[in-house]
Amino acid sequence: MSRPPHTAPIDVLLVEDDGNDVELTLHALQGAKLRNVVHVARDGAEALEFLQSHVPDLILLDLNLPKLDGREVLERIKADERLRHIPVIVVTSSQAEEDVAKSYRLNANAYVTKPIDPAVFLKAVNAIGQFWLEIVKLP
Amino acid sequence: MSPLAAKPIEILLVEDNPGDVRLTKEALKDARVANNLHITIDGVEALAFLRKQGKHAAVPRPDLILLDLNLPKKNGREVLEEIKKEEALRHIPVVILTTSQAEQDVVESYRLQANAYVTKPVDLDQFLKVVSSIEQFWLEIVKLSRP
Repeated sequence: MSRPPHTAPIDVLLVEDDGNDVELTLHALQGAKLRNVVHVARDGAEALEFLQSHVPDLILLDLNLPKLDGREVLERIKADERLRHIPVIVVTSSQAEEDVAKSYRLNANAYVTKPIDPAVFLKAVNAIGQFWLEIVKLP
Repeated sequence: MSPLAAKPIEILLVEDNPGDVRLTKEALKDARVANNLHITIDGVEALAFLRKQGKHAAVPRPDLILLDLNLPKKNGREVLEEIKKEEALRHIPVVILTTSQAEQDVVESYRLQANAYVTKPVDLDQFLKVVSSIEQFWLEIVKLSRP
């Protein structure tokens, strides 16, 4: 299931409806040391459709999404035997403790809030990229 | 980003190797976010700590768990499985920190809903760097659930 180190690029699915956030995330992940390919889904339904035919190595998931909410997407991923091993990082503007606790209960692998300042947001996505692409052993 | 909370972050390290315990302490000492490191050296003690049983009645509930896989008495996989099945504990992020590079351990850990799987480098400096990276990501970037 996993790749030998330094061969195939890491497949990342980014589920995000905000164009600016997509741009910032793509920019940050391009700077990561490990080669990666980012697929973008603009809403929850598109994410699930993508997941029907792909098993990415890592998922970055916004919570407030058109068509199908991120919480619902998370729940379905973690209930799916084929997908539940994939780390899902929730990246959202919601600071609500209810969302944090619920996401962890639904087995989100990490919860990161989007800072409003784009420079700080870029730093956060860089940190996500560094940790998950360089430090963590992905499945 | 996690706020610089007044309350320090409580970290539970489950690790039987004294050298690795010492290095982890060393790496966390310089963390920018205030934290308290608690140590349990086998799987049975780790669960007793988390359930506040016996001598652990007064301990705080950890905000983050660093879990070795190969442990005495009860192995890390079982500890992980019990944490993620227990309503009061399952929201706590568990980072597996192990020497095992076995693909089977990696996949099984993620299936049991480990939050992240990190292999311990043999080299001391690399080990410190990895623990610092864990600290930076989980204490400075992630929002932990702290009701």
